[in-house]
Amino acid sequence: MISHHLPALQVVVPLMAAPLCFLLGRYRRLGWILSTLVSWLCLWIAVRLAFQVADGGQIQYAFGGWAPPWGIEYRVDQLNVLVLLIVSGIASVMFPYSWSSVQNEVDPEQQPLFFTCMLLCLAGLLGITITGDAFNLFVLLEISSLSTYTLISLGRDRRALTASFQYLIMGTIGATFILIGVGILYMLTGTLNMADLSDRIGEIGESRALQAGFGFLIVGIGLKLAMFPLHLWLPNAYAFAPSIVSAFIAATATKVAVYVMVRYLFTIFGHEFSFSAMYIHWLLIPVGLIAVLFTSIVAVFQRDIKRMLAYSSVAQIGYMLVGIGLVSTTGLTATLLHLFNHALMKGALFLSMGAVCYRLGNTLIDNMDGIGRQMPWTMGAFVAGGLSLIGVPLTVGFISKWYLILAALEKGWWPIAVIVVLGSLIAVIYVWRVVEAAYLHQRPDQSVTVVEAPASLLVPTWILVLANYYFGIDASFTTGFTSSAATTLFGAP
Amino acid sequence: MTGGTLILLALALPLSGVIGVSICRQNPNLREGFTLVVSMLLLLVVLQLLSLVMAGARPELILLEMLPGLELRFEIEPLGMLFATVAATLWPINSLYSIGYMRGNEESHQTRFYIFFAVAIAAAMGVAFAGNLVTLFVFYEVLTLSTFPLVAHKGNQMAMLGGRTYLGILLFTSIGLLLPAIVWTWTLAGTNNFIPGGILTGHIEGGAITLLALLFLFGIGKAALMPIHRWLPAAMVAPTPVSALLHAVAVVKAGVFSVVKVVVYIFGLDLIKQAPGADWLIWIACFTLIAASLIALRQDNLKKRLAYSTIGQLAYVVLGAVLLAPLSITGAALHIIAHAFGKITLFFAAGSIYTSCKKTEVSQLDGIGRRMPYTMTAFSIGALSMIGIPPTAGFISKWYLLMGAFQAQQLAAVAVIIASTLLNASYFIPVIYAAWFKRESSEAMLTYGEAPWPVVTALCMTAGLTVLLFFFPGIPFELIQQIST
Amino acid sequence: MNAFSLFNYWIVIILMMAGFYTVIASGNLVKKIVGLNIFQTSVFIMYISMGKVIGGTAPIVTVNSELYSNPLPHVLILTAIVVAVATTALGLSLVIRIKEAYHSIEEDDILAISQREDEAE
Repeated sequence: MISHHLPALQVVVPLMAAPLCFLLGRYRRLGWILSTLVSWLCLWIAVRLAFQVADGGQIQYAFGGWAPPWGIEYRVDQLNVLVLLIVSGIASVMFPYSWSSVQNEVDPEQQPLFFTCMLLCLAGLLGITITGDAFNLFVLLEISSLSTYTLISLGRDRRALTASFQYLIMGTIGATFILIGVGILYMLTGTLNMADLSDRIGEIGESRALQAGFGFLIVGIGLKLAMFPLHLWLPNAYAFAPSIVSAFIAATATKVAVYVMVRYLFTIFGHEFSFSAMYIHWLLIPVGLIAVLFTSIVAVFQRDIKRMLAYSSVAQIGYMLVGIGLVSTTGLTATLLHLFNHALMKGALFLSMGAVCYRLGNTLIDNMDGIGRQMPWTMGAFVAGGLSLIGVPLTVGFISKWYLILAALEKGWWPIAVIVVLGSLIAVIYVWRVVEAAYLHQRPDQSVTVVEAPASLLVPTWILVLANYYFGIDASFTTGFTSSAATTLFGAP
Repeated sequence: MTGGTLILLALALPLSGVIGVSICRQNPNLREGFTLVVSMLLLLVVLQLLSLVMAGARPELILLEMLPGLELRFEIEPLGMLFATVAATLWPINSLYSIGYMRGNEESHQTRFYIFFAVAIAAAMGVAFAGNLVTLFVFYEVLTLSTFPLVAHKGNQMAMLGGRTYLGILLFTSIGLLLPAIVWTWTLAGTNNFIPGGILTGHIEGGAITLLALLFLFGIGKAALMPIHRWLPAAMVAPTPVSALLHAVAVVKAGVFSVVKVVVYIFGLDLIKQAPGADWLIWIACFTLIAASLIALRQDNLKKRLAYSTIGQLAYVVLGAVLLAPLSITGAALHIIAHAFGKITLFFAAGSIYTSCKKTEVSQLDGIGRRMPYTMTAFSIGALSMIGIPPTAGFISKWYLLMGAFQAQQLAAVAVIIASTLLNASYFIPVIYAAWFKRESSEAMLTYGEAPWPVVTALCMTAGLTVLLFFFPGIPFELIQQIST
Repeated sequence: MNAFSLFNYWIVIILMMAGFYTVIASGNLVKKIVGLNIFQTSVFIMYISMGKVIGGTAPIVTVNSELYSNPLPHVLILTAIVVAVATTALGLSLVIRIKEAYHSIEEDDILAISQREDEAE
């Protein structure tokens, strides 16, 4: 009985828990425990769904019993169950972490609000992923975005407010663009159900309106996923948000946006329209490559490590766009793999920076001289995560790079392989700056002595670090899942 | 025990050393004792494997599958066995030496030193036994990363700059050139296993062969071909035992070993011969050979001089590989061993001098032979081996290289080998002369004698091995014969 | 069909551009929010217009009408309006907090202060 309703529960549980969490009010710890339990429950549901999908293929769930295409349909296939696993998995690691971190970084009065927003954000992200309805996707996107704006504004630095405001403006413009695109599609087809849309778009043939809708959607989604020239909101938002928020949205929000992009390009518009008629890869590849090079170089010059990681995120999104733009199953597999893998590595890196912030109060590289000896576990996690970001073998980063280079060489587009490799080399530089500061510089005498971060921060961080290595050493699960998802998206071979 | 178990043991033993050393960090004697015991055990395991391989077995182990078709796979062939034997033989000796050196110079962070040393040895074993390119790459990178803390051990500005150059060049070449080369090979051949005769025949032709070969040749930065040799002198900031084992043996040998392995088991000799511009590969090696010797001539710092000498000697091995004649491959493989024993002796001697009297420059060594007779005798033997004068191991390997050059009908290469031998002589002979025959300068009236006994014992052992190899080259020969047949 | 028959859509475009321009060009944070509102409103009108069926009546089932306007876009846009209200509320409350923190709601002033802080770090 329950197992039949799992797709709905995946979203409804966190959504209902959010107001409950707020009502718990000053019992802050209770609110935290509730949200942690909810995140674990979400993971359990996602895992159950994954098993169902692995057994029986696609799951279709008509919300409230209204048959699609009139009612809202939730649809789970191999593609989005992977994203569900990422989001809920990351949440279930990060929510336990949040308590200590939040005590240090967020005003106690605002903490109930904080956990409420985290749950709302989680509900929104899971909803975007699972829904099979284009308009529903917009609503859930706004739920997650609005809660993210709030979460960012809770950062201690007053620049968090302007960062949040900037994100609000850009994010709303992006969402409105998506809304316009969805409206145009509705005008053309009279449906909002994704599967239905896909069928009817195939029948339309060439149409100016369809092209316009496509354009609006790509720009709108591009804003949400920080596609290169539209990424300006991201660095400040990640840098000034409370550490746990940076970690959570870096590991999940942009991933979900990339998922939406893939969903629109492949499922709704179909790869023939997207690539053969609209030549979208001629946008994605240059934009992705410029992002890889440009933002990686910018990252090298950052003094705030959180902001450095933020720029690196934009570069990593560049890799994913390139993977899509290669228009091959291997390329798409690389993108989906990197979606998963990047969530693990950035999650681990941001969490370790959260632990640094817990002790030092900020994450400026100048203050991190010599802390490698005082916080060995924290910085060890950073180094381990950094190696994964560079793409050293036995880490997940290596697996994604391997597939991406493979995809580029398959097409014979070796300059792309060169730039991908160059991007990793720049990553060596910016990761190594931190390593040098932490391990090779002496701690200045007059600086405060720091001690290792508490276990409540270290355990989740290391869980993610170990995941980086586990899925790097035995990638059969992730590659199996992503490559079959990619094959499905391209239609049967 | 089966071959697979032994391979696993050879990888796990050094890593167990890591655990043991970190547990015993409070008690230095116990800690060093542990290192010695583990290194002896490793030697035993490797010798077991050696006897298996000599008997014609090819032990194999598939550790795990990272991606479909992309495995961590080990398979021992004669060349890798040779490299592993050299590294495993020298580890116990080097451990003994380290004890004397690290204590004698009161170095800090000794536990960290032993830990990363053990990791580096494990990585070297992994490189030696790798059964495919990806496994080779994985352990190659582990070796780079684990030796970084050793290079930057002192932690001062110099060490940091040296470490940065070291890591920078090695990572940039490996990720930037070697990895694409591996992926390229994979897309072409559909496999990346090392198979005698190569895997690329029929999948690639024309200029692409040359390009791929260049990617490999420069991607394997540890082989220190010019112009990517800069990391090697930079790494000389490390404590001497590190320079000795890692930069005369494990790291650089991992580099040239990989080059030989790629030439023999990925390309196959016949394929490269077809490549347009294959001669250029020879010229790159020749250029490095001469240029490094010329630079070595101008170095006053003893370790720097040894470093540039290493670059030159490595180029012999690469030259042997790219000459593409069976005899020159034999010479290259032999030279890996000969140079390992000879160069480690030289580094040991340099460290011994530094430990006992803190001298680092060649110009300070006048008359030191009378103060430190054992050290300087060993040094002289090592130097003779570098030049290639009997009765040392260097003679045999150079002999084969020369014969290989004749066999390949590359008379220019013959000339280069002879010229560089003369150059080798001209930067080593003056040191030997000064040490034994010049008078000590009057200001240095300090009294000092030999270095601590572990140091002296170690360097006498390696010098002895250098001479022994000249008289008993049987085992390496038999192994190498297996490659060419 | 003449240009005038698409009157609603002309209005949509005019409002959209006016709103979009205000968001980008105005330095005052409140005006930015107002611009954003206009921008979103234009989309609401677009949705409402697309639901209109020529000759159709309000979608209430009666005996004397067979043709109804499409109610779905109207319902959809109710949701979007709620979202827009929430966004506006959040945006305005952020402006209040920014005013408290920086004593200004002019983007240029705030940017100057932020830059000084960036450099002081």
